[in-house]
Amino acid sequence: MSPSALRPAPLPAGPAPDAAQPAALRARLASHIQRRGALAVLVLMVAIASATSDTFPTWSNISSILGNNAFVWLLALGMTFVILTGGIDLSVGSLYALGGVLGAYGAHTGGTWLAIVLPLAVGAVWGSVQGLLVSRAGMAPFIVTLAGLLGARGLLQALTDEGATTYLVPPGSAFRHLGAGTWTPVLIVVALFALGALLLTRTRFGATVTALGGNENAATLMGLPVARTKVLVYVLSATLAATAGALGSARLGSGVTTIGVGYELTAIASVVIGGTLLTGGSGSIGGTASGVLVLAVIHNLIDHYFSQYGSAFTDTVNGAFLAVVVLAQTLLSRTRQTD
Amino acid sequence: MVQQDPAPRSDWIVEVAGVDKSFAGVHALRGVDFRLRPGEVHALIGENGAGKSTLIKVMTGVYRPDAGRIRFAGEDRAFRNPLEAQAAGISTIYQEVNLVPLMSVARNLCLGREPRRFGLVDVRAMNRLAAEALKRYGVDVDVTRPLGSLGLGAQQMVALARAVQIDARVVVMDEPTSSLEPREVETLFSVIRDLKRQGIAVVYVSHRLDELYAICDRVTVMRDGAVVHTGEMAGLERLRLISLMLGREMSTVRAKGATAFGGEHERREGVPALRATGLTVRHRVHGVDVDIHRGEVVGLGGLLGAGRSETAKAITGALATDGGAVEVEGTELARRSPAAAIKAGVVMLAEDRKTEGILPNLSVRENISLALLPRLARAGVVSQAKQDEVVRFFMERLRIKASGPDQKVSDLSGGNQQKVLLARWLCLDPKVLLLDEPTRGIDVGAKAEVQALIDELAEQGLGVLLISSDLEELIEGSDRIVVLKDGRAVGHLEGDDVSEQAVLDTLATADPADGAEPTGDDAQASEDAGSAVRAEAAVPTEATEATEPTEPTEAVGDEHPQDRSRSAGHAVTKEEPR
Amino acid sequence: MTPTTWAGPDLLDRARLTRLLQAYGVYAALVVLFVVAAVLDSSFLSAGNVRIQLFQVAPTLMVALGMALVIGTEGVDLSVGAMIALAASVVPLYVGYGAPLAVLVALVFGAVSGAVGGTMVAFARIQPIVATLSLMIGLRGVAELINGNSAKPVMNSGLLSLGSDGFAGVPLMAWIAGVCAVLTALLVRRTTFGRQLVAIGDNRQASKLAGLPVRRVLVTVYVLSGVLAAFAGAMIVGHGAEADPAHQGLNMELNAITAVVVGGTPLTGGRVRVLGTVAGALFMQLITAVLTQHNVHTSYTQLVEAAIICFAVYASQERGTR
Repeated sequence: MSPSALRPAPLPAGPAPDAAQPAALRARLASHIQRRGALAVLVLMVAIASATSDTFPTWSNISSILGNNAFVWLLALGMTFVILTGGIDLSVGSLYALGGVLGAYGAHTGGTWLAIVLPLAVGAVWGSVQGLLVSRAGMAPFIVTLAGLLGARGLLQALTDEGATTYLVPPGSAFRHLGAGTWTPVLIVVALFALGALLLTRTRFGATVTALGGNENAATLMGLPVARTKVLVYVLSATLAATAGALGSARLGSGVTTIGVGYELTAIASVVIGGTLLTGGSGSIGGTASGVLVLAVIHNLIDHYFSQYGSAFTDTVNGAFLAVVVLAQTLLSRTRQTD
Repeated sequence: MVQQDPAPRSDWIVEVAGVDKSFAGVHALRGVDFRLRPGEVHALIGENGAGKSTLIKVMTGVYRPDAGRIRFAGEDRAFRNPLEAQAAGISTIYQEVNLVPLMSVARNLCLGREPRRFGLVDVRAMNRLAAEALKRYGVDVDVTRPLGSLGLGAQQMVALARAVQIDARVVVMDEPTSSLEPREVETLFSVIRDLKRQGIAVVYVSHRLDELYAICDRVTVMRDGAVVHTGEMAGLERLRLISLMLGREMSTVRAKGATAFGGEHERREGVPALRATGLTVRHRVHGVDVDIHRGEVVGLGGLLGAGRSETAKAITGALATDGGAVEVEGTELARRSPAAAIKAGVVMLAEDRKTEGILPNLSVRENISLALLPRLARAGVVSQAKQDEVVRFFMERLRIKASGPDQKVSDLSGGNQQKVLLARWLCLDPKVLLLDEPTRGIDVGAKAEVQALIDELAEQGLGVLLISSDLEELIEGSDRIVVLKDGRAVGHLEGDDVSEQAVLDTLATADPADGAEPTGDDAQASEDAGSAVRAEAAVPTEATEATEPTEPTEAVGDEHPQDRSRSAGHAVTKEEPR
Repeated sequence: MTPTTWAGPDLLDRARLTRLLQAYGVYAALVVLFVVAAVLDSSFLSAGNVRIQLFQVAPTLMVALGMALVIGTEGVDLSVGAMIALAASVVPLYVGYGAPLAVLVALVFGAVSGAVGGTMVAFARIQPIVATLSLMIGLRGVAELINGNSAKPVMNSGLLSLGSDGFAGVPLMAWIAGVCAVLTALLVRRTTFGRQLVAIGDNRQASKLAGLPVRRVLVTVYVLSGVLAAFAGAMIVGHGAEADPAHQGLNMELNAITAVVVGGTPLTGGRVRVLGTVAGALFMQLITAVLTQHNVHTSYTQLVEAAIICFAVYASQERGTR
C-alpha cells in the first residue's frame, strides 16, 4: 500500500468526498488489523513467553511445538482455501485419522510408495465427492462435510475391524523418515504452505477461489470456472488432510484410529484467527500460518502453566479465542463497509 | 422461418431471429428478432417484464433459447454460458456492478485472464496493464486498492474497462448510468463514442430517455416479450416512443395519463399526522423536513439516488439516522425503529418487494397478519378466528386474487403480492402510510386498483407519503410534492404547481447547497462538464415562475426539435417502472 | 450455475413427486422401515425392544426439537452436543441438593449458553455456524474442566428414575420428549412467537421492517435450544447412571440436525416441521437399531447414516417449482 493511494482520484473514491478521508483511513486501519493482527499477536506472545518463561525459549520446547504439531497445520492450509470460497470443511479431522490408518496400512502392506499414494488417492476421491455435492447439487457445505465427518470415521472403522486392528508402520520403513525428528516435518509443512501461498496468490485458480468467495454471482458472470474451482478446493482440503494424517502416522509409527476428533475446529480457528473472513473472499496463507502458530504457542503455554487441567482448558481457550476473533472480525469488516 | 436478410450478412454482428423463451410455461420472449450493426449504439427499451433482460441473457449465454437462432458475426452460435459468449466477443456490464469488491482493482480487471510468466500470474504486469487500461477511461486510481473502496462510478468504469478489454465486439450495458453522477455519465458517453469509433457495437439499456436520444443511433422497443418497433433513434418522436413502450395510444398519453387517481383530497388542518424535521443520514439525506397531514397525499419527487427511499426509511427508523426528529400527531418518537414507528401508527410499504416485503414461503394469511400478530393474540396464543376474519376482510376488500388464504404468497402475481403487503399495513389501522414505489412492477389492472386505493385511503383521513419514479403517477396522485435532490429538499410544490413541468424545472434548476462538491484539484476538471450542464439548465428558471405551461425544456443533451412540438410536458422523462 | 431449467414434459410430475416426497417421505420411510424390521426380526416388536428404542430416541428428539426451531430461523446450533456434556458435568455437582435442583441448574446453564450463542447471532450478526461452533469447542472444554476427564457415577434416585422409570409401560423420558414435541408444535403453530420465528427465518429483513422483535426472537430460540439440550443431558446422565462429559453428547448435533432434515424441515429456514422431526428422529433411531441388531458393524451404520443425511438434504432443497 503506497501512500499515493490516499490522494483523491479523478472520479470520486468515496460516495461523499468531504467525509471520505477519515473514513477511508479507518477502513484502511481496520483492514490492516484484519490481515496482520495474527502476526502481531504472535510476535507479542512469543516475546512475552520468552521473557516470562525459562522453558519456552529452549530448543527442546520449540522443537516439540514444531515437530509434534506441524502436520496438523496442513488441515488449516486446506481449510483456508475452502473458507476463502465461503465454504467450510468439517470432515478434515476424520480424514486426518483415515489418512493415518491408510498410510500405516500402505506402509505395512506395500511399502513407502503405497503409504503415500493411498491416502492421497482416497483423500482426493473423498474430497471430490464432497465438492460435487456442494457445487453441483448445491448442498450446504457444512451439512455435506458433517456427513463426511461421520462417513470418513465409518470407513476408518470398517478398515480397522471396528478399531480392533492397528496397522503399524514397519520399523525399518523409509516412510518413517518422513515424520522423524523436527526438521523433516517442518520442512515438508513449510514447503507445502509456500506452495499453497503461490497457488493462492499467483495462479488463476487462486484468483478464482478468492473471487468466488467475494462475489459468486460476479465470478459466474465473469465466466470463471466456479463449479470446478469449488470441487477443487474440497479435493485440496481432503487430500491435504489425508496426507497430513499419513505423515502423522509416519511420525507415530502406527495408524491411530481415535486421533483427529475436533481437529477440524482447531483448523477453522487457526484460519479465522489468521484473518481470513469466514464469509469468504479475503484471506491469506501467511495469515493462516500466523494463526496456527498463535494457537500452538497458546497451547504450549497452557500446557506449561495449567497442565493440571489438561486439554480441556485448551479447548475452552480455543472456543473463547475463536469467538473473540470472529467478533472482532465482524466489527472490523463493518468498519470497512461503512466507508 | 429463416427471414430474408435486408442487408448482406457481414452487415450484422449479431442477429437474433425468431427466438422464443419461456419459464415454467410463461412466455418471456416470443419470436424476437433483433439485429445489431458493428459500431452502432442500439437502445433496447421496454417496460419491466417486457423481456429486455431475458433477451440480453439469451444473447450472452446465460439462458438458452427454446426456439430460434442466434448468429454472431455471420455464424450460427449457441453460447452455453457467459464464458463462451465472452470468448466470442460479447461482454456485458450489469446494472449492479458485478465485480468482487474485496479484491484489488487490478485483480478485478484481469480475473480469468491474468498475464502469466512461467505459469504464474505476473502481478507487476497485471497492475501495469490495469493502470494503463483504466487511465483510458479517465480513472486514475491505485489499482492495488480493493475495488470496494472506490466510488460506484469508478467501479462501473472498471466493469466497463473489463468488458471492453476482452477484445469485445459487442458490449451490452444494462442500465449503466443508474448509479452514476452526471459528470460520470459524460465520461461514460465519451467512452461509448470511442467504442463506436473502434467499430464495437453497444446495446444500451436505460430508462432515461434523455440518455437514449443523446447517445443511441437505433432503438428496439419491446413489450410483453415481443419486439414492437425497431428503427432509427433520430426522428422517433419521444411521445411515440413512450406510447410504444406502454402500448397505449398516443392520444391517451397526451390527453390524460392512465392513472386511476381522482382529484384533490381534503387536507385536514391542525397538528400534522407526521412531522419529520432535519432528517439526516450520512451521505444520503441531509436535513430533510416533511409534514404530512391527515387526508392528504404528499409526493416525494426526485431522480434515482436523490434520497427518497432513504427519507422514508429514516422516518420509520429502518435506516439509522444521524440527526432529525419524527413527531406523530405532535408526539415525538423517542425510540427509532420500525417496531416503534408501527406502534405509533406509521407504516412503510418498502420499495423492494422481494427482499423487504414478502415472506415468500409463507401463506397469504401469514403475510397479511405478520405485523398484527401481537394484537391478535392473548397470552401469546394467536386467535385463529380473529386472524381469519382480518385476512378474509382484506382479501375481499383489496380483491386479492389467490386460491385461498393458505396459498403461498410467492405463487401470486406481483400485483397481488403488493396488495397482500398493503393489507399487512392497512390491517394495523395506521395513521400514516409511506408508500415507496407502490405500483412498480405490477400489471396495469393492479396498478389502477392500487392507485384508486391510495386515493380512497387519503379520503378516509390517512396521511400518505407517495414515492414514485413514475412522474405521471406522482403528479396525479399527490396533493403536494416535496422534490429531493442529492439528499436535500429543493422544492415544495403545491396547488397548481403540482405539474410535471414544475417538477422537472425544479430538478433542473435547483442547485443543492455546497458540500456535495468534490474537493481537490481533480474536481476542477469535472467542474467543466458539470457547469456546462448547469448553464444549459439555468435557462428555464423563468419558466418555473411562469404559470403558463410554456415550451417544455429538456434537461441534458436534447437535440430533437420535433419533441418540442408536444403540447405539454407529459411523461417527458417518464421512467420505466421496474 | 444459472437458474435455467429444461422444461421437459415430466417437469410437473417431477415437481409434484418432489413435493410429496418432501411432505410425506419421512412418514412413508418410517412405516416401510418399521414393517421391514418387524418382518426380519419378530422380536423387534417386543415390549422390551420398543422400550429400549424409546429410551434411546428420547434425548435425541429433545435436542432435535430445539434444533428444528433454530433451523427454522435459518440458523443452526452446533453447540448442543457440548451442551449435553456441560449438563452432564454440572448435574453431579448439585445432585446432593436433590435431583430437581440439579436438573434446574443444568437448565439454567443451558439457557445461559444459549443466550450467549443467540446474542452472538442476533446482535453481533455472526453466522450461526461460527457462533455455535465456538460455543461447541468452548463448552466441551468447560464441561471437562468442571468434571475432569473421568466419568462420575450418579446414584441419586430421583435422577435414576428420570432416566429409567416408566409410566403406563412407556419410559418417562419418552413421555417428557413427547410432551415437549406437542408443546413445540403448539408453540410453532399457535403462538405469536412461533409465527414470528418462522417469518424471521423466511425473510429476516422483511420481518424487521414489519416491526418484529427479531433479536429477541432469535435469542429466545437459541435459549430454548440450549435448555432442551441441557434437559436431554440430564436425562442421559440419569439413564446411564453416570456423568461422562468426555463422551456423552458426542455427535449429538449431527444426529439432531439429521432428524430435523430427514423430517423435512429445510435448512434454509422459514419452516418448522415438528411432527416430521419426531418421525425423523424415530427413523434414524430405528435404522441404527435395525442395522445393529442384524450385526452390521457400526462403521457401515455410520456410512449409511452419512448417505441418508446427504439424500435428505438433497431432497429437501429440491424445490418443486424450479
